[in-house]
Amino acid sequence: MLEKADQLFILLRNWIVGFLPAGWQAAAGVVLGVIGIVAVFPGLFAITTVLERKGLGRMQNRIGPNRTGPFGILQPIADAIKSLTKEDIVPLNADAVVHFLAPVFLVVVVFMGFAVLPVGRNMVLVDMDASLLFYFAMGASTEVSIFMAGWSSRNKYSLLGAMRAVAQMISYEVPLLLSSVVVVMMTGSLSLVKIVEAQNQYTWGLPHWYIFTPWGCAAFVMYAIAATAETNRSPFDLPEGESELVAGYFTEYSGFKFALFFLGEYLGMLSISGLGTTLFLGGWSAPLAALNWVPSWIWFFSKVMLSIVVLIWVRGTLPRLRQDQLMNFAWKFVLPMTLLDLMVAALWRFLGDGWARWVVCSAILVIVYVAAGRAGMRGKHFGPRTYRYAE
Amino acid sequence: MLGEGILKGLAETAKNFAGSFVSAERLTTVEYPEQRIPTAENARVFPFLIYDGTDWEAGMRCVACQICEKECPPKCIYIEKSKDKKPDFVGKMQIYPAKFDIDVSVCMSCQICVEVCPFEAIKMDTEFELSTTDRFGGLLFDRKHLAKSNEYYHEIHPTEATEVDARLAEEKAKAEAKAKAATQAAAAKAGAPASGPAPGAAAPTAKAAEALPASKPAGGGE
Repeated sequence: MLEKADQLFILLRNWIVGFLPAGWQAAAGVVLGVIGIVAVFPGLFAITTVLERKGLGRMQNRIGPNRTGPFGILQPIADAIKSLTKEDIVPLNADAVVHFLAPVFLVVVVFMGFAVLPVGRNMVLVDMDASLLFYFAMGASTEVSIFMAGWSSRNKYSLLGAMRAVAQMISYEVPLLLSSVVVVMMTGSLSLVKIVEAQNQYTWGLPHWYIFTPWGCAAFVMYAIAATAETNRSPFDLPEGESELVAGYFTEYSGFKFALFFLGEYLGMLSISGLGTTLFLGGWSAPLAALNWVPSWIWFFSKVMLSIVVLIWVRGTLPRLRQDQLMNFAWKFVLPMTLLDLMVAALWRFLGDGWARWVVCSAILVIVYVAAGRAGMRGKHFGPRTYRYAE
Repeated sequence: MLGEGILKGLAETAKNFAGSFVSAERLTTVEYPEQRIPTAENARVFPFLIYDGTDWEAGMRCVACQICEKECPPKCIYIEKSKDKKPDFVGKMQIYPAKFDIDVSVCMSCQICVEVCPFEAIKMDTEFELSTTDRFGGLLFDRKHLAKSNEYYHEIHPTEATEVDARLAEEKAKAEAKAKAATQAAAAKAGAPASGPAPGAAAPTAKAAEALPASKPAGGGE
């Protein structure tokens, strides 16, 4: 029975496919999988928007939306109707084709990333050997769409926002990749399915998730920072800084195209949280051996939603960075730390089993982290701002 | 250590998040149409015209002097003087506005009309729910719409209204004393050498007192 609940969607797919002639079955199975992805993740996007608006409200001692439906849970439907019925304006001087293609391209590329994420036991649309590589190729393509949007709008704010976005995303792409490389080094495979399987083991009832190792924990923190920057989330939301750039690269977008950008951005968040879950939090594996009876997809989606909650929490806490702070942080702190982490992971691999590698690896990481932090903060003035001329 | 401040901040927002469910005092939001906070006494939105007594036409304090119309910076007031006269609060015969329109879509709530009015006839209202589906006629308030009783004025601006009432009472008392002195003087004059026509000072008041029950300005033009 529990076995069936775990494989519910696979069984459902096989049952539907069974009605078709043998030659069509493989293609129909893929189409059903795509339908599943296209239905589930936008649903999660709707939940995320409502969670975000209510959660941020509570963090700022507000109530948040509570008018549409009980406790405002129908807010996403109202938002969807609003964006669908709004006028779609294309600036006179804009490159209309590119202007139209940019949001479509973004959403398509983000959906492609979901194809390789294992959302449960046996539940992956395409199980390819280099799925991590495929994922990052797709993730990097979002930058093209953002630049398309900024360039085609023929608006200085759009272009500035797009330049910022591309600069930021390329800078953080490097630590994002390098922090994932650690996992690949340990697993010996680029296949996300194999990476999850490698973490789905238990010692004394506790899982072998990579976050519970010194190098994995450090890599996870770096991954989380880079992922936040990749998805243009606060505190790295400079490309959309309302106070200086109107809305960044989607200044000239309205109506459904804007909704598509919004969708693409949140799907990107869900997808990068899904990848983080897969790489460091054990994917669909249960947090305790005793909880293995719960269907695997429940674990995957709860972990993803937990990551989303943390992202919302961070957004509610931190102010936006400055452009130079953003770049300095990426190149002078996150990147060296990920490089160090690569070496620590190698050290871990060759120190062999035993407690020694735990102590040595943790010590190296902590000491370097503290020292780098000290060095970075030296000579900087913190505290209330002082004004020389104006008071 | 690096990241310490971030953790502190995260703890703070978590505290806010949890606290907002526990203590209602944290939430400053007033859910407007259902919940309201009383408006401040000094609040002002758009002007209105005060009338004394119960009949808005008879008790209207405005004498159509048109000072407010001239002073109004965005020129949102339009006044037409009446042809006939009606008694004001002291009983003196005055012309009254046959037409008094304020276009609230133009009004900028500057209160200059209130400052310049020598008759305490125009004051600022606190009513702010004025949305309408008709942006031309719906936002042009005529004198019937603008007329509000003195009691209403007391309700919305108690301190100011009491002051105004005291001032008006004083004025009225002064006017009455003057009228009385005038009638006495006239009587004395009449009692003495020759019986000439009564001096003009007392005449209007006397006439007004007679005319009061009958005087109903013909203002049905709106």
